[in-house]
Amino acid sequence: MTDSTADTGASRVLGGRPTEATIRTTTTITTVKNTSGAHIELKNVNKVYGEQTVPAVENFSMDVEPGELIMFVGPSGCGKTTTMKMINRIIEPTSGSITVDGRDVLSLNPNELRRHIGYVIQQIGLFPHMTIAENISVVPKLLGWSKEKTRNRVDELLSVVQLDPKTFAGRYPKQLSGGQQQRVGVARALAADPPVMLMDEPFGATDPITREKLQVEFLRLQESIGKTIIFVTHDFDEAVRLGDRIAVLSDRSKIEQFDTPANILRAPANDYVASFIGHGAALKRLALIPLYDALLGRATDARGTASLSETDSLRDALDLLVLTGLPAIGVTDASGKVVASVTVDQISAELGDDAGAGAPGVLS
Amino acid sequence: MTGFDLPGLLAFWGKRYDDILQLVGQHLLVVAVALLLATAIGVGVGLLVWNSPVGRSLAVTSAAVILTIPSLALLAAMIPLFGLGWVPTLIGLTLYSLLPIIRNTVVGLREVSPAIMEAATGMGLSRGAVLLRIQLPMAWPVIVTGVRVAAQLTIGIAAIGAYVGGPGLGQMIFQGLSSLGSKNALNYALTGTLGVIVLALIVDGLFTLITKTTTSKGLRA
Repeated sequence: MTDSTADTGASRVLGGRPTEATIRTTTTITTVKNTSGAHIELKNVNKVYGEQTVPAVENFSMDVEPGELIMFVGPSGCGKTTTMKMINRIIEPTSGSITVDGRDVLSLNPNELRRHIGYVIQQIGLFPHMTIAENISVVPKLLGWSKEKTRNRVDELLSVVQLDPKTFAGRYPKQLSGGQQQRVGVARALAADPPVMLMDEPFGATDPITREKLQVEFLRLQESIGKTIIFVTHDFDEAVRLGDRIAVLSDRSKIEQFDTPANILRAPANDYVASFIGHGAALKRLALIPLYDALLGRATDARGTASLSETDSLRDALDLLVLTGLPAIGVTDASGKVVASVTVDQISAELGDDAGAGAPGVLS
Repeated sequence: MTGFDLPGLLAFWGKRYDDILQLVGQHLLVVAVALLLATAIGVGVGLLVWNSPVGRSLAVTSAAVILTIPSLALLAAMIPLFGLGWVPTLIGLTLYSLLPIIRNTVVGLREVSPAIMEAATGMGLSRGAVLLRIQLPMAWPVIVTGVRVAAQLTIGIAAIGAYVGGPGLGQMIFQGLSSLGSKNALNYALTGTLGVIVLALIVDGLFTLITKTTTSKGLRA
């Protein structure tokens, strides 16, 4: 059953052919990304520290498309941070080439370069003697923006990171909570609207609840700004949740696998990657698939009163199925109307189907 | 020499108050000018040497050596070069002020966390801009504390300046000491000494105010 109407199955669900074994819910979310990002290319990049014979980064090559959110995952000391920091030349590569939108970063003035690359570090590094507004204004001032333009940008950015400009612009960093400070850190990095952002475990120092909140906000933010982002983390779950593609790195920044979260979870390239994924790969994959992307059962099959929203993930669905013990649970659309149902079998089928670069599967 | 006589001392103050105030004014002025000079030199040296281990220890050790020279000896040694009066006093006080100011400047600049330095560099600030716009303002409270220590030190030492004909309350102390046995000897010495103590307390209070008004709100505890 691969007919093209599967994706626009509203009529079938709502009034259509109840004999259909499988259906899709109504919403087709189009992920057209606004991209203001740049293309980044690293070619045979090496870093050898001082007199050491073993390089910290060896022959690293990677192509990053504009607007992509790339996660570097690996254990401490594998060179992931070193690799990232060579892009804004906080660390100078020993050899190799790095280009941003075709321009060789090694030939640019490093300070000039850095003003156009947003940089967020785990310790945030807000300047304690400056107000929040002054912190965010540093780069715009360096770039010679007018006072008016700078002030408007500060207000805009604070709103973007969910901080009320009236309340927070005049405050000092120490008057903010850790989560608020990290938001300001992101706003400061975005100040001059750089095409590239480098983020070094930006949420690593926050508590789990704040971290999850920041991650969700960050994803939503990235959807609207579409920067090219290199994001370093040692938390594989964070990488799965946020990344468009994940680079799993081992010693000397060797790329063990570079692919979408779904593909890495489904087919880890080797034991090293598998060990990094840890247990529960299937569950992690389910968390990546929203119900609106899955083939579901008819609304009339739903049992019980519990229901899920079509924007919930298959993992949420499985959780509720296990909890309630029901054979099938209703799925509601945005208006709250039950438009489909989901069973454990259908969930399993999605996992089996998911081959082929994450294209929506089909149940026959 | 008669013993302590409070009515006598009060009468002495009543008669000589304009002299006393003039000496207090001179004392304050010579200390203030010396501190300004020492702050300019000390912070400048600190900015130059903070990141160089050799330069750092050279600067701090030199300033420490100066401080070990007895003030009387240092002042006397300057007579052949600068004569008597304000100049040798001013130079001596400036030299004595350098150690706390240089040391606190170096400590303050080095105390800025690597994360803040990296964030600043990562945003495209040049080394000079990081130093002047980030490190210096953050180190400022520590530097002011150094100047405050220097102030306490030099208010006392300034009194010795009278030995080389310098200005200030030292003149009263020396006059008292050189006229022991006369009616007002004790009054002179006491007034000079008390004046120095009161001045030191007032200036210290002043520094609380200076620290508060010149330090960013974001850095205050």
